[in-house]
Amino acid sequence: MTLIKIDRQTWADGIEKAKLAYRVFGPVKEKNDHEFKQLDKGEMPDFSLQNTRLSPKAIVYPQSQIMLTYSLDESRDDCRIMKEVENVTAPQLVLGIRPCDALAFPIVRRNFDSPEYQDTYWIKAYEATTFVGLACNAACSTCFCTSAGTGPFGETGQDILLMQDGDALYAKILTPKGEALAASMGWSKPAEPDAAGKLDALKTKAEASITASVSTDKLKDKILLELYGAPFWEEEAFSCINCGTCTYVCPTCWCFDVQDETHGLSGVRMRNWDSCMSPLFTIHASGHNPRTQKYERVRQRFMHKLKYYVDKYDKGIQCVGCGRCIRMCPVNIDIRRICDKMNRFDAKSCACDIASS
Amino acid sequence: MQNPYLPYPVRIDEIITETEDKSLKTFKFVFINPDDEKKFAYESGQFGELSIPGLGEIPIGIASSPMEKGFIKFTVFKTGKVTSYLHAMKVGDIMGVRGPLGHPFPWETLQGKNIVIIGGGFAFTTLRSSIISILDPANRSKFKDIHVIYGARSPGMLLYKDELQAWAQRDDIHMNITVDGTNDPNWKFLTGFVPTITEQKAPPGSPDTYAIVCGPPIMIKFTQPVLDNLGYSHDNIIMSLENRMKCGIGICGRCNIGKSFVCKDGPVFTLSQLNNMPKEY
Repeated sequence: MTLIKIDRQTWADGIEKAKLAYRVFGPVKEKNDHEFKQLDKGEMPDFSLQNTRLSPKAIVYPQSQIMLTYSLDESRDDCRIMKEVENVTAPQLVLGIRPCDALAFPIVRRNFDSPEYQDTYWIKAYEATTFVGLACNAACSTCFCTSAGTGPFGETGQDILLMQDGDALYAKILTPKGEALAASMGWSKPAEPDAAGKLDALKTKAEASITASVSTDKLKDKILLELYGAPFWEEEAFSCINCGTCTYVCPTCWCFDVQDETHGLSGVRMRNWDSCMSPLFTIHASGHNPRTQKYERVRQRFMHKLKYYVDKYDKGIQCVGCGRCIRMCPVNIDIRRICDKMNRFDAKSCACDIASS
Repeated sequence: MQNPYLPYPVRIDEIITETEDKSLKTFKFVFINPDDEKKFAYESGQFGELSIPGLGEIPIGIASSPMEKGFIKFTVFKTGKVTSYLHAMKVGDIMGVRGPLGHPFPWETLQGKNIVIIGGGFAFTTLRSSIISILDPANRSKFKDIHVIYGARSPGMLLYKDELQAWAQRDDIHMNITVDGTNDPNWKFLTGFVPTITEQKAPPGSPDTYAIVCGPPIMIKFTQPVLDNLGYSHDNIIMSLENRMKCGIGICGRCNIGKSFVCKDGPVFTLSQLNNMPKEY
């Protein structure tokens, strides 16, 4: 794989060039945090960040997305006939996505792109997007990516991985898509021969800076109904206020609601991010609700990510270890603690298990 | 790539008020683009999303049979925003249908078998579809004995009354139509709850006998022990579930029961399968 060194001028010029062909997104400072935004002319991504507050999932999967349009004007031939909205197919470029957030896209893809049904909106936007990752040199205390399928220098889900060594910036080209991008940005100067070794050392150091981890090795073998019936769910959910922040900030939460909105005689059918934390999520028209209790909704979130997904796809957990839900939970619910409890749960001796935790 | 969220435009061709309280109406739809009918190739037990622009979509079992050509039928209980609006719509109105969605009843497994169809209240719609399919001259010889146990609160609450009458005259299907109670002196069928009638009329369980059970939770709760007593294996008890849905294709994430989606992996499950799933329905 090609390793390229990018100097400051080439970097800035390349981004401006890319803006002519791509909608370019990158992290920018907003109040106290960073968020991914589309970069205007002259605007540069700000890499002086740990990670953005929200995950960049909205670049492929907007929080609100118009899917169909309709007219209620009886004088028109197409009255009440739904029309497809032209979806994102213009090239997009995400600059500086962290390896954890990049891993979320292949994880989520299994849901949106199944053998039976293809979510055309998600797939077209995903295929139109080039992902340029940014390796992490130091971790947060809440990061656990190394036990969630990637790492601070993880490459999955990216076309190019950028690595910073002091002021020097290196790019590792990972895919043909990345190669095309590098060519169009003028990123062509090979790195000095000893760069690879230095970056490897940085990688080792970064991996060592991750002190948190989860154990997931036994999740697959657990009997689904036993884990579902585990006695710790009510206790774990006790402090939850069902605010939904965890689902909102999560790069792998994909659930959505569909709503029609009419203005005058025309309207749109749109989808909006939804949250399994809300009782409305599952309530039937009859008023019956399969998940009336708060703990049942909390259990659904963790069982989905750490058991149902694991069983369904056999591709690991539906979590990338970014730690946002831990940092932003107002009541300190920690997915690492719950994952470990699930992983070591033994239905036969669960009483002892709880006593020791 | 086909957009799975785009409904086929349909026109309401006929509306039949089914029950005396007018809470259930059957809507017969004709596809505006004739080619869409071929794309909507379905089997009994599947459902569709009825789509009303400006209101939303509702998942409803297909009440017509694939043996009936030129239209599709859905029987809808008036209960929420979309169904209430639909009940006020008129013949000739345009709307949309997406589907067919979900898995049908396991027709291949059911070939050469006895089938007991047990339905209650307004959950008789995909069962109506099934009976029409089974009784079709092209299909009847593929199945052995067919028993039907169908109950409603009162004679006026039964769906498809004319067809029930016609099936009751036939000798190739054992019809057991029952009501919870009635003071109609002309009522010529049975009186009693579905579990009781099942106990009296259903054939004993055997590897060659399958029960398809659709009804309100209370009916299912009391019918299951009856079937257990009759010796039905849980692999031979087939049920159809409902949960709140949006996309209908296993993507939006709200109708899951454990790792299965009612929309995409169901709505048809055997009792054996349900025994290994959380009771989140």
